[in-house]
Amino acid sequence: MRLIQRVGDWFDLRLQLGSPIRETVQHPVPRETASWFYVFGSAALTCFMLQIVTGILLALIYVPSAGEAWNSLQTLNHGISLGWFIRALHGWGSNFMVAIVLIHMVQVFLFGAYKFPRELTWIVGVFLLLVTLGMAFTGQVLRFDQDAYWGLGIGASIASRVPVIGPWAVNLMLGGPIIAGATLSRFFALHVFVIPGLLIAFVGVHLLMVLKLGINEWPMPGRIVRRDTYLQEYRELTHKQGVPFLPNAVWKDILFSGFILLSIAVCALYFGPFGPGGQPDPTIIQTAPRPDFFFLWLYALLSFLPPSAETPILLIGPAIGIIVLLALPFVAGEGEKSWKRRPIAVLTILLIAVALGTLTHLAEHTPWSPVMDAWSSQPIPSEFLQGRTALERRGALVFQGKQCHNCHSLDDRGGQRGPALDGVALHLTEDQLVRQVIQGGGNMPAYGKNLSPAETTALVAFLKTLHPASQAPARDASRAAALGASEVSPRP
Amino acid sequence: MSVDNGMSRRAMLVKLGVLLNAIVGVFLAVPIVRYLLSPVIRERQVGYESWLSLGALEQFPAGQTRLAIYRNPVVNAWDGETGDIACWVRNVDDQKFQVFAINCAHLGCPVRWFAQSNLFMCPCHGGAYYQDGSRASGPPERGLFEYRYKIEDGKLLIRAGEMPTPGQPVANKAGGKTTCA
Repeated sequence: MRLIQRVGDWFDLRLQLGSPIRETVQHPVPRETASWFYVFGSAALTCFMLQIVTGILLALIYVPSAGEAWNSLQTLNHGISLGWFIRALHGWGSNFMVAIVLIHMVQVFLFGAYKFPRELTWIVGVFLLLVTLGMAFTGQVLRFDQDAYWGLGIGASIASRVPVIGPWAVNLMLGGPIIAGATLSRFFALHVFVIPGLLIAFVGVHLLMVLKLGINEWPMPGRIVRRDTYLQEYRELTHKQGVPFLPNAVWKDILFSGFILLSIAVCALYFGPFGPGGQPDPTIIQTAPRPDFFFLWLYALLSFLPPSAETPILLIGPAIGIIVLLALPFVAGEGEKSWKRRPIAVLTILLIAVALGTLTHLAEHTPWSPVMDAWSSQPIPSEFLQGRTALERRGALVFQGKQCHNCHSLDDRGGQRGPALDGVALHLTEDQLVRQVIQGGGNMPAYGKNLSPAETTALVAFLKTLHPASQAPARDASRAAALGASEVSPRP
Repeated sequence: MSVDNGMSRRAMLVKLGVLLNAIVGVFLAVPIVRYLLSPVIRERQVGYESWLSLGALEQFPAGQTRLAIYRNPVVNAWDGETGDIACWVRNVDDQKFQVFAINCAHLGCPVRWFAQSNLFMCPCHGGAYYQDGSRASGPPERGLFEYRYKIEDGKLLIRAGEMPTPGQPVANKAGGKTTCA
């Protein structure tokens, strides 16, 4: 023991870090902040450190070359002892890091921690969120598979819509005219050097400010933040009733971080690594690219925005979002901290959570995309064919053969791009069906040139049978009147 | 020499040092920026595009739309299969052709051809196009991108080399017709 003490003293005489470290870890914090609500920041940092370690381990094998990256990922998965586990740790670590950063941000927002004097801490935190998302996106590109390739295509298409400099932005992003080796190399440089460098710098400033300004006190309803009195009040909270950070608060941070690391390891072990998916060969077009989990909401949003509004929303929306986040501590730098007295703050969080959750859920089902193989793999259920005439069955064949099933479902099978047709005859008369098939409209292509008159007749005859047995199909009442009262049924 | 003079002389030398570094910094910044912008300024007058062959005309029967693959004219040795680009060739009537980019005009996903319904469909956000490339439905604001083509010595040549994107003036010049199906 005495030897260790002497070695320690020898170093401390030269480094002189002992007392500042002791002072830092034992600095007083408000008693109530030794809480499980205050563990997310340190957990995010723990995730980041795991990402650095596993990232370096992966870089030992990974080849950032468009021609070889996919093969090197296969080698990592199958050829290197436990390479799959390191990939899985890195992938799951990334998901946990984004999730914890978001939770940390929500907690900080709801506890009013962005208010005076911690405005700059919040602003650096916003940049930390952006670089974390930047890491997630660039990391998805380094997993160089079909999703990565076409994801880059989506990124390039968005970049190209920037007015004036769009085409140049695309070339700069891709490093050339197409998605290729230069693209992967620059995303590798971003993911491994540029963004981690920014992340480390921002984390340093963020932590420094947490130490200098002190952790946000537990918000009490009615305890109002004022610029001229806050510092004095906080000083009293920490020095009169405070507790030392070590050990009173830190044990929860350490336990939670350990729990998070364990969860990442369990997920990695149980679920394994993410991909890689199909080879990044752009001539393989039988693919349905989709982004990673945290960008799924954006993927859904892109299919729901009206075409005319898409470009402005895509380009201006993110800028507005970032400006709102950055402006928050200046607009609401004083006042009530407790979420119990800030209903709009709580509602905003709920609204964003519900919106993102709904969009993510939709993106997992992609109801807007045709089911590309429904016409050949999902037969029409037999109840729609029994007791039908030859013409109607011929129409059912047209329905399959012309890929109507890719967009329209029958008995919940098939695409959901267009409306389900189980009861279409209740809503549309024969003439309306003919018009809809031939001219399209309401987001449906016109099939006038692709169907012969005989095919159209058969198809409409089949569609006319699609109504519940207990309900009569729609009919044009004026036709009966025009043709005379005796002829009640429409034209045969 | 007074103390004051000495101080100002040293302050002067510090300023001189900063100035020297600033000049060298600018001197270094120019090549660095030029290097970073090389994908943009790279002989822009010539551009990335050139004429390349998709193969003999017999591969593309009249009245049909077929997938063709070409090697991008601007590639590096390590680009691997990313240098191979697919496109759709429509032989209208042996006289007239249309060559469509594989990329959806919405966000660049690969569109697939369905000969039975004569539609191109996109797997990403549900865009659809008629056989002549014009927009049929979904989020795209325009029709499919079209390559310029010519026929020489019984071969179909197209002018290609750059990934077509919605904001590109070249792509907008060639394609984007709003013909009715």
